[in-house]
Amino acid sequence: MDPVFLSRLQFAAATMFHFLFVPLTLGLSLIIAYMETKYAKTGEEVYLKMTKFWGKLFLVNFALGVVTGITLEFQFGTNWSRYSEYVGDVFGSLLAIEASVAFFLESTFIGIWIFGWKKLSAKAHATVMWLVAGAGNLSAVWILLANGFMQHPVGYTINNGRAELVDFLAVITNKHGLLEIFHVVPASLLLAAFFIMGISAYHLLKKQHVEVFHKSFRMALVVGFVCSIFVAIEGDLHGTNVSATQPAKLAAMEAHWETTKRAPIILFAIPSEEQEKNLVEIGSIPGMLSLLGYHDFNAEVKGLRDFPKDERPPVLPTFIGFRTMVGLGTLMILLTSYGFILRRNKLLESPTYLKIMMFAIPAPYIAMESGWIVAEVGRQPWIVYGLMRTSQAASPIDGIQVLISLIAFILVYGLLGAVGYYLIVKFAKKGPEPETE
Amino acid sequence: MVLQSIWFFLWGLLWAVFFITDGFDFGVGTVYPFIGKTDTERRTMLNAIGPLWDGNEVWLLTAGGVTFAAFPKVYAVMFSSLYTPLMLILFALILRGVSFEFRSKIESDAWKKVWDTCFSVGSFLPALLFGVAFANIFQGIPFDDQGLYHGNTLKLLNPYGLLGGVLFVLLFIQHGANWLAIRTDGDLQQRAISITRKNWPILVAVAVIFLIASYFATPLYDNYFKNPVLFLIILVAVIALFATRIFSAKQAWFKAWFASAVTIMGCTFFGVAGLFPNLFPSSLDKAYNLTAFNASSSPLTLKIMLTVVVIFIPVVIAYQVWAYILFKDTVTKKDLELDDAY
Ligand code: HDD
Ligand code: HEM
Ligand code: HEM
Repeated sequence: MDPVFLSRLQFAAATMFHFLFVPLTLGLSLIIAYMETKYAKTGEEVYLKMTKFWGKLFLVNFALGVVTGITLEFQFGTNWSRYSEYVGDVFGSLLAIEASVAFFLESTFIGIWIFGWKKLSAKAHATVMWLVAGAGNLSAVWILLANGFMQHPVGYTINNGRAELVDFLAVITNKHGLLEIFHVVPASLLLAAFFIMGISAYHLLKKQHVEVFHKSFRMALVVGFVCSIFVAIEGDLHGTNVSATQPAKLAAMEAHWETTKRAPIILFAIPSEEQEKNLVEIGSIPGMLSLLGYHDFNAEVKGLRDFPKDERPPVLPTFIGFRTMVGLGTLMILLTSYGFILRRNKLLESPTYLKIMMFAIPAPYIAMESGWIVAEVGRQPWIVYGLMRTSQAASPIDGIQVLISLIAFILVYGLLGAVGYYLIVKFAKKGPEPETE
Repeated sequence: MVLQSIWFFLWGLLWAVFFITDGFDFGVGTVYPFIGKTDTERRTMLNAIGPLWDGNEVWLLTAGGVTFAAFPKVYAVMFSSLYTPLMLILFALILRGVSFEFRSKIESDAWKKVWDTCFSVGSFLPALLFGVAFANIFQGIPFDDQGLYHGNTLKLLNPYGLLGGVLFVLLFIQHGANWLAIRTDGDLQQRAISITRKNWPILVAVAVIFLIASYFATPLYDNYFKNPVLFLIILVAVIALFATRIFSAKQAWFKAWFASAVTIMGCTFFGVAGLFPNLFPSSLDKAYNLTAFNASSSPLTLKIMLTVVVIFIPVVIAYQVWAYILFKDTVTKKDLELDDAY
């Protein structure tokens, strides 16, 4: 039982599961806060209904996000103790700041939001939701800066056999981390927008609660339209940065084996790591990779063969992950743009479009998970890029313990996920509550 | 030296605040199946801690995060050595956390029973295991100079470890019952009050045994004999323990709750003061002990974190106190009718 392999599996399962809930929390909280503010300002009943309906779905999702986050906070110690010793001086503080600055705010005020409807004024209650949303997104900032350090370590020096902090400012203005923040936060809004549009489409197709869902749909459409474009443009900058700082990842993202100028982009391929080439290649656009990576048609792009074997990331998942993310990103731009044209008054008369939007809910979820696979698998074999290898980072513990906890993770998370999504679907289908008073 | 000592103190303080705040949630969960007879009573108990438990749990995350930031080596060796008990605690907390949200979402007795069980086991188990873990830390944990663990999980359940576990459970029951006395009324309140009274003598007995056993099983008292002022900590804990019973007799529930909070603080610091400067002592060889001085972060990290903590923790305390004040009244029928009430 290899504890390194098992710990990787466990960490990937736990974070990816956590990230099924995180982006909806990030995006939806902001949109709900906006809806509630509308209500506080105008007093229109429809905004209250919207707030309560989306709020209920939000809370189920939030609960799952919170409980799956708790294990992550401790897994660096339980499973990656060598890593924690080595970079804790820099990395630990980001996690601690996240807890003391963001989690407290979020968790305390969500309780006040749930139970404070009668105790606070409408304005104060809406402000509480803004605090929840702000704190959630603030927590994303800190954790992504932490991840940014692992992707591109800065602001440290090696001293006493470990990485010690020398420049905190460099760590919190790390370009890689900032790019992640500006990619992930809008992508989360995009995901929330598709969530809202999909569920609204379901009700609009049945012609029920039309006012609530027509308004929700159009609100989400604007968010989705803007964010889908922003995410793509920002993703391009992200790619340029990766080609500068992590050339092996770039090569794996594109299954690019041979160092060449005017490097092409390949639409589809089956890469083989043993033979160090692509077994099948379909559709190649010359010069595009050079253009994307360096914003220059003729730039030279280093191929995988020119990296030592033990510094190459797994090619297949990185390659497919990148294609999936970008493909779905493009699809979402098309979908929201089309909706934007229909937006004024033709939405209700376009059942086919509504149906497509209903089935498009998983698209941003898959794009998100694929994005993380690109970023994290593409970073291998390093746990901290260029500084520490994943194989040196695991805890010196018995593999059997990890195996047992891994099985427990899969069982418990699988069960919770099923229950959670069952409840979300149930309440989504039920529609807004009739007013009780 | 000074910086590291301050951080040692803060480390102890954060754990103590976690035990005080989430402690009463654990206590409520532990007595939940015994005194919540009807569905309404059970919901009342859930909602009595409903607005607060999540914010309380963050003290654990902060205690963990600060251990990571200020004493990375302790974070690494402590959590990898105590892998299995920590995982058990985390899974228990997961099940407890979702049971709030899930339980009332479907009207079915079988469904509710599942989440009732998750809620009570998910509260009792962390209470017990944190006690077991800390008692074992007081004794020392078998790890070597490489941070390699040579023990096994079952050995943690030695008599002194179990005694620590029982002590924690009883402390939290006392604390949680006090909270229920504040926020409930009628039969449920009467049952909670009766628990504060029945539990108390047992708690006193176990606390006394624990104090005596610590003398034989751990080196904690060495610090006390070197610095007799430290005995004040024990004195405060004992006074608070008696105060909680006296206030309970006077039906001053909030004061009783506050006194049980001070008791928990005293108990935690009884151990922390005895440990100093060790955060995680080794039972194999004293030379392997992880201390505030050999396991800390660099002075720069400690300074930055100190700035963050000095600014933000008071802010956190301020808004948490506000939340406590907002939700100090008896849980009423109207509260239970709220859309999102648990
Ligand atoms: C703060 C740090 C951090 C953050 C925010 C994330 N990860 Fe990560 N990830 C790691 C830190 C890390 C790690 C500790 O560095 C791992 C464990 C083993 C490794 O090599 O990197 C890792 C591995 C890892 C792997 C396995 C790679 C492999 O072993 O081949 C996957 C698929 C993900 N992560 C996915 C995610 C997802 C979906 C995240 C969204 C929440 C995420 N990561 C956030
Ligand atoms: C692997 C690293 C990660 C760790 C250690 C971690 C840790 C945690 C913890 C402990 C919680 C629970 C907080 C509570 O009780 O309120 C949590 C929740 C949360 N995390 Fe993570 N997290 C990780 C990755 C991420 C990433 C990458 C993001 C965002 C981009 C994120 C965003 C959030 C948000 C918004 C919440 C709040 C509640 C919710 O999820 O619904 N986390 N996380
Ligand atoms: C459409 C064009 C897009 C491009 C060009 C793009 C580009 C990129 C690149 C280059 C990375 C890797 C960064 C790294 O390895 O550090 C990345 C990561 C990621 N992407 Fe995208 N992306 C696009 C769309 C999307 C969409 C639509 C989503 C989700 C809704 C998404 C979610 C993510 C996530 C979660 C990550 C991992 C976190 C990070 O490194 O920022 N991306 N993206």
